[in-house]
Amino acid sequence: MELLSGADMIVRFLQDEGIEYIYGYPGGAALHIYDALFRQDKVKHILVRHEQAAVHMADGYARATGKPGTVLVTSGPGATNTVTGIATAFMDSIPMVILCGQVASTLIGEDAFQETDMIGVSRPVVKHNMTIRHPEEIPEVLKKAYYIAASGRPGPVVVDIPKDMTTPNERYEYAFPRKVKLRSYNPAVRGHAGQIKKAVDMLLAARRPVIYSGGGVVLGGASAELKELAHNLNFPVTSTLMGLGAFPGTDRQFLGMLGMHGSYEANMVMHHADLILAIGARFDDRVTNATEKFCPGARIVHVDIDPASISKTIDADVPIVGPVDSVLKEMIALLKESKGKPDQDALNAWWKQIGEWRAFHGMRYETGEKLLKPQQVIEALYKVTGGKAFVTSDVGQHQMFAAQYYKFDKPNRWINSGGLGTMGFGFPAAMGVKLNFPDEDVVCVTGEGSIQMNIQELSTCKQYDLPVKIVNLNNQSLGMVRQWQDMNYESRHSHSYMKSLPDFVKLAEAYGHVGMKIERIEDLEPMLEKAFAMKDKLVFLDIYVDPYEHVYPMQVARGSMKDMWLSKTERV
Amino acid sequence: MRRIISVLLENEPGALSRVVGLFSQRNYNIETLTVAPTEDETLSRLTVTTSGSDKVIEQITKQLNKLIEVVKLVDLTEGAHIERELMLIKLKATGAQRAEIKRTVDIFRGQIVDVTSTVYTVQLTGDSDKLDAFIQAIGATAVLEVVRSGVSGIARGEKVLSI
Ligand SMILES: Cc1ncc(C[n+]2csc(CCOP(=O)(O)OP(=O)(O)O)c2C)c(N)n1
Ligand SMILES: [Mg+2]
Repeated sequence: MELLSGADMIVRFLQDEGIEYIYGYPGGAALHIYDALFRQDKVKHILVRHEQAAVHMADGYARATGKPGTVLVTSGPGATNTVTGIATAFMDSIPMVILCGQVASTLIGEDAFQETDMIGVSRPVVKHNMTIRHPEEIPEVLKKAYYIAASGRPGPVVVDIPKDMTTPNERYEYAFPRKVKLRSYNPAVRGHAGQIKKAVDMLLAARRPVIYSGGGVVLGGASAELKELAHNLNFPVTSTLMGLGAFPGTDRQFLGMLGMHGSYEANMVMHHADLILAIGARFDDRVTNATEKFCPGARIVHVDIDPASISKTIDADVPIVGPVDSVLKEMIALLKESKGKPDQDALNAWWKQIGEWRAFHGMRYETGEKLLKPQQVIEALYKVTGGKAFVTSDVGQHQMFAAQYYKFDKPNRWINSGGLGTMGFGFPAAMGVKLNFPDEDVVCVTGEGSIQMNIQELSTCKQYDLPVKIVNLNNQSLGMVRQWQDMNYESRHSHSYMKSLPDFVKLAEAYGHVGMKIERIEDLEPMLEKAFAMKDKLVFLDIYVDPYEHVYPMQVARGSMKDMWLSKTERV
Repeated sequence: MRRIISVLLENEPGALSRVVGLFSQRNYNIETLTVAPTEDETLSRLTVTTSGSDKVIEQITKQLNKLIEVVKLVDLTEGAHIERELMLIKLKATGAQRAEIKRTVDIFRGQIVDVTSTVYTVQLTGDSDKLDAFIQAIGATAVLEVVRSGVSGIARGEKVLSI
C-alpha cells in the first residue's frame, strides 16, 4: 500500500475516480490540497473569479453529462460563497461534490480566522454532508460522497475538510475503495411490479390521457423509453421546464411546456385529461397553479425515484417508486405482452380536440416594425444553431422565452435553474458545458440583470479559452419583475429599472473578447451567423429588445391549470 | 392527530441536528423528542411525537427516511404500542399538604425521591396523559418545577425495530 498525505490522498482519489476537471478558488484552509494539485497534471483545476461560479460551472457540467461535478474551495467566505450554487443544484437534484477547506480540527468552535460551520450552513440545501475526522477516512468518505451525490435522486454533497486532515508530512495508507457500504441508504432499484401492472391497465383504459414528463426523465436517462412509450401509445406529451428535451420538441405529439408559462394546449390538455402519467416530475407550484383546482377529472399515475415527491402536493392514485428508465421499460414490455390498445375512437377524438386547441392558440407573439421582440431573437437563435446548441439560461423573461421558443430535441441540452431560479446561473453553467464539450455550440441566454450577477467570469473564459456565446436579451429592465408589477401593482415599477447599464460591447472587449450590439431586426440573423462563425471567440451579443414585452401564456394566479392570460388583453 | 415516530439513527455527530433541522425547515412540529444510544452503540434510538394531518405525517416519515443517517423508522401509533414518559416534579409540601400530596403520589404510583421540610420531589412515569393528570390533580399552585423526559415508545408484541 501507498503512503500519502491527506492532501495527496484527495487529489489521488479524484484521479482514481476519473475526475478530469474541478472548479474552485484557493485560500488558507485549502492550501495543502492546492499544493497537491500543483504536483500533478491529471486533475485539472479551473480558477473562477467567484466561488458561486465554480459551483454553477460544476453544475452545468453535471447537467450536460449526468455525472457529478466537483468543486474545491477554502473555508469561511470561500465556503459561504458556494451556498447559492449548492442550493441551486439541490433544488434541481444535480449531482455534485463540494470539497470545502475548514480550519484545523483543534481550532473548530473557537471562532478561528475564516471559520464557518459549513456543515450547519449547508445542511438544508444538501443531499448530505460529511466532515473528515481522520486523514485515513478520506478515500472512504469521498467515495461515499460521490456515490450519494449520483445515486437515487441525485444532489449536492458537501465534504468539510479541516486543514490538519491534509498536513503534508503526515502520511497514511491509501487504497481506492471500489465499493461503498451504507446500511442506511438504499435507493430503489426497480418499481413495484404490481403497481406497474395497475398503471398499465389504467393507461389502456384512458380516454383522454397525457404524459407529464419532468426533470427526472433527463436526470434518469429515460428519454429513449419515454419516446418509445409515448409513440407506442400515441399519447400527447407535455414537459416541465426542467424536462425539456427528454421528448423531442419538434415531435407532433409534443404539446410544449406546461404550467405558469406553459402553452395553451398543454395546460388545456392537462386540465381536461382523465389520466395523467407523471414521470420524474414533482407537481411543483409553478406547474399546478391552485392545487385544489388541479385537473379535476384526472386519475394520476406518478413515477419517481423519490417517494417523498409522490403525493406531496397532489395525491397520486397509483404511486410507483423507482428509477424512471426501468419503470418505463417494464411498462413498455407489459404493454407489448398484453397486446391491448387504448380505445382508438376516444384517442382520435382527444387528438381532434387537441388540434382545435392548437389551432385556437399556438405559441405566438406580435412582431413590431422597429423593435426586436425577444421571442424573435430566440427563434433566430434556434435557426442559426440548427436547434442543436446547448442552451443555458439565467432567470427572468428571457428564460421563459428560451424555454418556449427553442425546441429541444435532445435531453441535457437545456440547462437552467428551475427550482431555485438563480439569476447568475447561466453564464458559469455555459462555461462548465463548453469546457467539456469544446466542439459544440454553447449559448447562454440571459438578461442585462442576470448577466451582471456573474459577469466577472468573462475573465475566467479568457484564461481557459472558453468561447461560449452570450445572448443578452437587453430589455433595460428586470423584465420579469416589471411584468409582475404591470399585472399586480398597477405598473408601479419599483426598482425594476436599472439606470446606467454598462456598455457590454466595451466590457466584453475589455476582458479580451468580442462584443456586438444588435438593435435592428434586419441585423439579427446576419450578426448571429457571424457570431457563431467565430468558433474560437467568446462573443457577447448585446441585443436590444422591446422592454414592454410580457411572457404569455401566463396562468391566472390561484386559478386552475386552464385559467390563463394569452396576451395583455385576452384572458381564458 | 398525535403520532409517535420511532427512528433508528446512525450514532454519528450531526445526525440529530439533521433530524431536528428537517422539522423546522419543513414547518413540522416537534412536541417531544428523546434520543439515546441503543445496545448497539453504532445506533441511536430517537422518539419524536408530532401532530399533523395524514398527509403531513406521510411527508414527515418520507422526509425522515431520506436522511442518509436514518436507518429505519416506524410510526408507532399505527399499531398497538407502549408509550412512557418520565417526570420529575418539585412540589411545595408544607403542613396538611404533605399528606395530601403523598396520597396523590400513591394513587398515581409515583415515588417521592427527595424530601426537605418544605419540598417533595416526585418521580412519575406513564403516558403523557397520566403525567398531565397528575399535575392537574396536584394543582398548579403547588408546582415549583417540572422536568419531563419526552415520550419513549415501543411496539407491543413480537414487532421490533432493529436492523
Ligand atoms: C439571485 C436572484 N435575485 C432576484 C431574483 C428575482 N428575479 C427573478 S427574475 C428577475 C429579473 C431578471 O432580470 P433580467 O436578468 O434582466 O431578465 P429579464 O426578466 O429582463 O429577461 C428578478 C430580479 C432571482 N430570481 N434571483
Ligand atoms: Mg432584463
